[in-house]
Amino acid sequence: MEIIAGIVNYLVFFGITAGTYGVLSLGLNLQWGQTGLFNIGVAGFYAVGAYTAALISGPPPDAWDGRLVGGLELPFLIGLLAAALVAGIVAVLIGLPTLRLRSDYLAIATIGIAETIRLILKNESWLTNGVWGLQQIPSPLYASIHGWATRLVDAHPDLPVWVQRLVGKAYNGFYLLLVVGVLVLLYLLTTRLVKSPWGRVLRAIREDESVVAMSGKNVFFYRMQALVLGAMIMGIGGALYAHYARFISPNSFEPLYGTFLVWVMLILGGTGSNRGAILGAFVVWGIWAGTDFVAAYLPFSAPQIAALRIIIIGILLEVVILLKPNGLLPERRR
Amino acid sequence: MDVLSRIPQLLTYGLISGCILSLGGIGVSLTYSILGFSNFAHGDFMALGAYIALALLPAIAWLGIPAASLGPLSFGWDWILAVLLAAMLSSACVVLLDRLLFRQLRSAHRITLMISTVGVALALRNLIQFIWGPQPQTYASAIQKAIRIERLGIRIKPDQIFIILVALTLATALHLFLRYTKIGKAMRATSDNPSLARVCGIKTERVILWTWIIGASLATVAGALAGIENKFITPELGWQMLLSIFAAVILGGIGNPYGAIVGGLVVGISEEVSTAFISTGYKPAVAFVILILMLLIRPTGLLGRKS
Repeated sequence: MEIIAGIVNYLVFFGITAGTYGVLSLGLNLQWGQTGLFNIGVAGFYAVGAYTAALISGPPPDAWDGRLVGGLELPFLIGLLAAALVAGIVAVLIGLPTLRLRSDYLAIATIGIAETIRLILKNESWLTNGVWGLQQIPSPLYASIHGWATRLVDAHPDLPVWVQRLVGKAYNGFYLLLVVGVLVLLYLLTTRLVKSPWGRVLRAIREDESVVAMSGKNVFFYRMQALVLGAMIMGIGGALYAHYARFISPNSFEPLYGTFLVWVMLILGGTGSNRGAILGAFVVWGIWAGTDFVAAYLPFSAPQIAALRIIIIGILLEVVILLKPNGLLPERRR
Repeated sequence: MDVLSRIPQLLTYGLISGCILSLGGIGVSLTYSILGFSNFAHGDFMALGAYIALALLPAIAWLGIPAASLGPLSFGWDWILAVLLAAMLSSACVVLLDRLLFRQLRSAHRITLMISTVGVALALRNLIQFIWGPQPQTYASAIQKAIRIERLGIRIKPDQIFIILVALTLATALHLFLRYTKIGKAMRATSDNPSLARVCGIKTERVILWTWIIGASLATVAGALAGIENKFITPELGWQMLLSIFAAVILGGIGNPYGAIVGGLVVGISEEVSTAFISTGYKPAVAFVILILMLLIRPTGLLGRKS
């Protein structure tokens, strides 16, 4: 039974991470899947969301901190909305010079913005505490739920060990529900948007923008809306990550984790399909976590194993592009 | 006054790093004009070439080829031989990659190809890390004395003069190749109008083969020279330069190899001179600012044509 408790606890942890990736993947699906916007700077919007949430909801700087400002200690929901808002503003700024041009330019500009955001996070210590990052980001309702679980275990020392272990991780269970709740809300919202006339315009832009322009629609404005909305969803993903990890630093938002895995998730799941985006997040995170278990048995050093896992994901992407370009749950043609 | 007195030296550093960016940028520009997509793995082709050269050095010594020194330079003939062989080997790797992957996607959407290059970039960089490890490695550990040129107020090392000369030679060679050889002319024709070129009997696959060979060879030289200039190479070597290279290519006019050379020099010099005015921590963002300004003012680039 204790093993089962361990497995359940691991699966809960797994679900939180994969669910957060599901949010990012949904955001990318709106940009790339629906509208054909080539954003390879997902990590930038993700980082902006995480840092915004941490600065809105986190504690003010203490004596050891390099920060001068920040830490408003406002409620979780306000931080979540602020994360979406600031990520959206960054998207407007990046969209203005690039959305009228060929997709190559948007791609390279988004790589640039993600790197520039990482540099700002590293260098502007007065706001971000530089490479040391932000700590003690509060998890919503942590004190009450974890306190309840601790009191329950203390009051009933006769409980079997496996129950104690499950109850001890009760907060993770709550956070999983929170992430899944946000994911479901965003899924319903984006699916509704995609089915609306607005979503049809986005797909028409993806297929042939000149036809859309000829029918009198402002292609630039629609693209901007998709870019901003997708970035806001990514910002929410960042906030969910920050409140769970409780510690963020510029290294949390390297292109591998923040951008590349999300792309593989969306492409494997099915570009253009919201259900595919979520399925892809769980499958790819499963493969990623699985390689961690398998790699432990291989006769390689730690850096080699880290490299090998990334090579596997890279090859997986190429195999999907070559053999199953529409993904596991292809977009339904309407 | 203090800031101004540093400018000549920073211009010199900028010229040197600009030469390296130019050699990298030519490959990106050629791939774009012939194959029609931006190759985000090009930086990692540079790292691959630099590491193959590193691996060849002991092999060359083992074969008994003496490491005859090259006067004041920090490396010898063996290094030059290693880089030339590495250029061939990395070309072979890239051509193999084209056969396995990019050729299967010739009729796919441009963006599909670009995504696949992002995957190649990551896999290749980590393959290098898998084989050679993440720690910095050096070609030669000799310390060089800089030459002082009082009249210009600069100091420059013999290695750095070598880098400038190599870049000049290769740029000239590329110009002659594109202008006078049959395959060079075919490349320009394909870049101008692929379907017309095909109708005229130009073998597109042959042109593509040569595009990869030239791009990978120049990338190898650029990566190896970056190893000489920085004193070490890491698997991240190319990825760290990718943004600057793309800024250079777009600045010069994407698809135009001459533009890549001009753009490389402008970006390299701007990055170095910027350190006189802003924190060095933001040096990598300078290329990004140039990129955005250029996209706002003249998206076709300095030497680009209207599309």
